[in-house]
Amino acid sequence: MPKALVHRGVIAALVVLALTMAWAAPWSQVMLTLALAKGLAVLGVVVLLQAGQVSFGHAMFFAAGAYAAAFLGKAMGGGDLVLLLLAGVLCSALFGVVVGVFVVGYRYIFFGMLNLAFSMVLFSLLEKLYHFTGGSDGMRVARPTVLGMEMERASFETLLFLLTLTLALVCGWLVHRYLRSPLGQALGAIKSNETRLEYLGVSARQVLLVGYVLSAVLAGLGGVLVAAMQGLVTPALAFWVRSGEFVFIAILGGASNVVGAFAGAFVYEFVRSYAAAFAADIWQLVLGVVLLVVILFAPGGLVGMYRGIVERRRP
Amino acid sequence: MNAQLALLAALDGIAYAALVFMVAVGLTLIFGVLRILNVAHGSFYAIGAYTAVSVGLAITAAGLSPWLAFPGLVLAAVLVGGILGTVIERGLLKRIYTKEPVLQLLITFAVFMILEDVQRLVWGVQPYFASEPVNLLGTVQVFGIYYTSYQLLLLPAVALAVLIGLRLFLRRTLTGRLVTAVTEDREMATAIGIDAERVYLLAFVLGATFAALGGALASPTTSLVPGIGAEMIVLSFAVVATAGLGQVEGAAIAALLIGLGRSFAVYLAPEFEVVVPYLVMVTVLLIRPQGLFGVAERRRI
Repeated sequence: MPKALVHRGVIAALVVLALTMAWAAPWSQVMLTLALAKGLAVLGVVVLLQAGQVSFGHAMFFAAGAYAAAFLGKAMGGGDLVLLLLAGVLCSALFGVVVGVFVVGYRYIFFGMLNLAFSMVLFSLLEKLYHFTGGSDGMRVARPTVLGMEMERASFETLLFLLTLTLALVCGWLVHRYLRSPLGQALGAIKSNETRLEYLGVSARQVLLVGYVLSAVLAGLGGVLVAAMQGLVTPALAFWVRSGEFVFIAILGGASNVVGAFAGAFVYEFVRSYAAAFAADIWQLVLGVVLLVVILFAPGGLVGMYRGIVERRRP
Repeated sequence: MNAQLALLAALDGIAYAALVFMVAVGLTLIFGVLRILNVAHGSFYAIGAYTAVSVGLAITAAGLSPWLAFPGLVLAAVLVGGILGTVIERGLLKRIYTKEPVLQLLITFAVFMILEDVQRLVWGVQPYFASEPVNLLGTVQVFGIYYTSYQLLLLPAVALAVLIGLRLFLRRTLTGRLVTAVTEDREMATAIGIDAERVYLLAFVLGATFAALGGALASPTTSLVPGIGAEMIVLSFAVVATAGLGQVEGAAIAALLIGLGRSFAVYLAPEFEVVVPYLVMVTVLLIRPQGLFGVAERRRI
């Protein structure tokens, strides 16, 4: 069997698994949606990792999307899901351009830490500007209409789950195509040898900026979906712990692959919803240890392990 | 804002800058030698502060003279820097010097995540407040306002001692010169017989101790809550980036700049207190991407 077919088979199997789970146990829809939304943000981190850059502040775009949806929803007295999504995408893209223009001039340490600094600023502003954002209590997001239709809670959740799944597939495919395109390949060249890239007449900054804005939009989209599902946005969405989670999942899933982002997010949410009850106090510690183990002993992450198994079987 | 308030803000700023400087100088020293940005540096600060409080409580519980609290602060810093620094450098960082920069960054980030929880497990989430050393030293009057001598005199004095001591150590002693040699050119230094691994360990432990000392000295004036480590790593990074990575003296000036900026914001626009340090950093970086005192790195083809 050709490799591509195997991979498509695996993706199809994962989608069927998610659908079956959501159908057999409707309570899992919320968890699956949150996992997929998080996967979208992780996908953004993965895009940047192709260029060898890690952002410790991507939760700011997650929060930007979520708050944009919350503000629009509040202004319109509920609003429509489509409009909220558009607002989230637009807002995170704008924010991504503003921050991006500044940070794409930096690499490695500076890139990572400047992103962290920006996210800390956003976090503290969301918390301190109490009259505007509701402070640490956050803002309620009323259930929006969907293309003008009022929906019951259960059917809204199902619809949101299916929408998130579709968006995840579409975005995953688009990012996959993007990474294969010349623009995406140039992203990889930033990691391997940026100076040579510039000698070819390609602006590394522009290449990275496109990747950065794309990754911001992906995170923002994830943020809107989470806001719509939870009906609440809080500054915690922008906290560094969440950014760290995104980076963690990206490495866990396998930094070189689109599927890894979602596989990682699934495993992460699943383990968390069960293990967090036993290990709530040491959750960060567990994450840190797993992160160390993955980096030192299984640098390919989940996707790498899967490849290892498949390739061993068929020499 | 009247003159008295301005003076108060300036004094607050200097005391705060002294603390931030100690953390930042450790960060910049470690980066200069190891070429690794230690994200876990903020945890050293936090754990140093918590340990200092525990040592202080132990001294009080044993019925010893409260003046022992001062050597206690230093003891806490040396303990934290020595033990944690050695364990992390030998156990972990040693393995990753040849890895990609992004992986090095991720590994210290993982250590940071671990230490944040360790600190919460050991000391819990309730705020600690141990102002004994501040009360002991009393207050002094400057131009009509009363200010604690601890913040007015002790903190800047210690920071200055660290700055001058470190400068003398790096320029005048043999060990310090070895450190400088490795910082300048590791390959060459190894070629002439310098044991780079020992220099790495020394630099890391020293840097960690400075961060812990910053935390220990901060413990009597701030209330210790989870999360101070995360705040401090970003703030000290802002200082280091403003100064230029690896610049010791520059870090002192950048710390003053950011410390003063922050304390004036506290009085003028409290909502933006947290934003000011980053504004300073971003402004400086927009004009000089390598920092105020940094040298632009040559690019390798």
